[in-house]
Amino acid sequence: MSDKRFEVTILTHFCKGCGLCVEFCPEGKLYIEQKPDMRGIQAAAVRADVDCTGCLQCATICPDAAIEIVRVEAPVST
Amino acid sequence: MRSGNAGNGMGKKTTTKRTESEVKRVLYERPRALLDVHTHYCAGCGHGTMHRLLAEVLEELGVLEQAIGVAPVGCAVLAYDYVDIDWTEAAHGRAPAVATGLKRVHPDKVVFTYQGDGDLASIGMAETIHAANRGENITVIFINNAIYGMTQGQMAPTTLIGQKTKTTPRGRDPETTGYPLKVCELLDQLVAPVLLARTTVVTPKHVRQTKALLKKAFQCQMENVGYSLIEVLSPCPTYWHMTPMEAYHFIEQTVTDSFPLGVIRDVKDRA
Repeated sequence: MSDKRFEVTILTHFCKGCGLCVEFCPEGKLYIEQKPDMRGIQAAAVRADVDCTGCLQCATICPDAAIEIVRVEAPVST
Repeated sequence: MRSGNAGNGMGKKTTTKRTESEVKRVLYERPRALLDVHTHYCAGCGHGTMHRLLAEVLEELGVLEQAIGVAPVGCAVLAYDYVDIDWTEAAHGRAPAVATGLKRVHPDKVVFTYQGDGDLASIGMAETIHAANRGENITVIFINNAIYGMTQGQMAPTTLIGQKTKTTPRGRDPETTGYPLKVCELLDQLVAPVLLARTTVVTPKHVRQTKALLKKAFQCQMENVGYSLIEVLSPCPTYWHMTPMEAYHFIEQTVTDSFPLGVIRDVKDRA
């Protein structure tokens, strides 16, 4: 038995805020920040309250390779 | 900083690292051959995706040290700042001629050109056709966005009928400017090319297909089979005056009518 989850990280310094990851994520895990950052870019961000299923759609479509996804598996002792 | 031993590209090569109780596996991260710089491409531009796929494919084939790219004149003119391999710069449209020389002198290297529609299909058409006709053992990556991006949105040979650009403000009229140039179909008339395919990068499915085709094209070269050209329909949201998502839909719904996707020639499969 194991409990797995997926961690999505946006590499904000590469993100240009095109919003494609937000459009292609089937779970609604990602969103575009309302407030522009220091470069004037409204970058993508990750919702903590939505679970990622690890489908990699966002990372596959991202034109700036600004998304990293890690699968974390925690063994559950029975 | 990225972890040095982590996997790459679409989760194919992965490594695991154990913490006290959790096992972490990197499913996707930036390819190592992609330099840690912010590219000058516009948001949603297909060049970024193609640079990433190029880095992933060369890394997976284990030829990062052998690869020599020939950059075009166009938006991708600074490709050498983004992908960590050897590059050279050709005069406008002359990338296939430069690649011919490089490959003939260094047959052990993996030589490819990375060209836009202005570079390959307009000023460089002669070099493109003659390199293909000679069956040079090179790989050509052709980024077709149906417009001149670097010079701010003029008509390209591949601009669609009726498409508005700065030099066709009422839409492209075939009476005066001719028809969209289909490079793959044109080269299909020649005997020598071994792989001609048209693909795009507008959905994750298409990105994966493009990566597979790109890999096949490089394998053609590494197995000395001959000339390959991969045409990629690429979005130019800025000069199409669309949002990135609108541009992606425009390719799927409209551009593919003029430029049908698919493998136009694959001699390797036929043999």
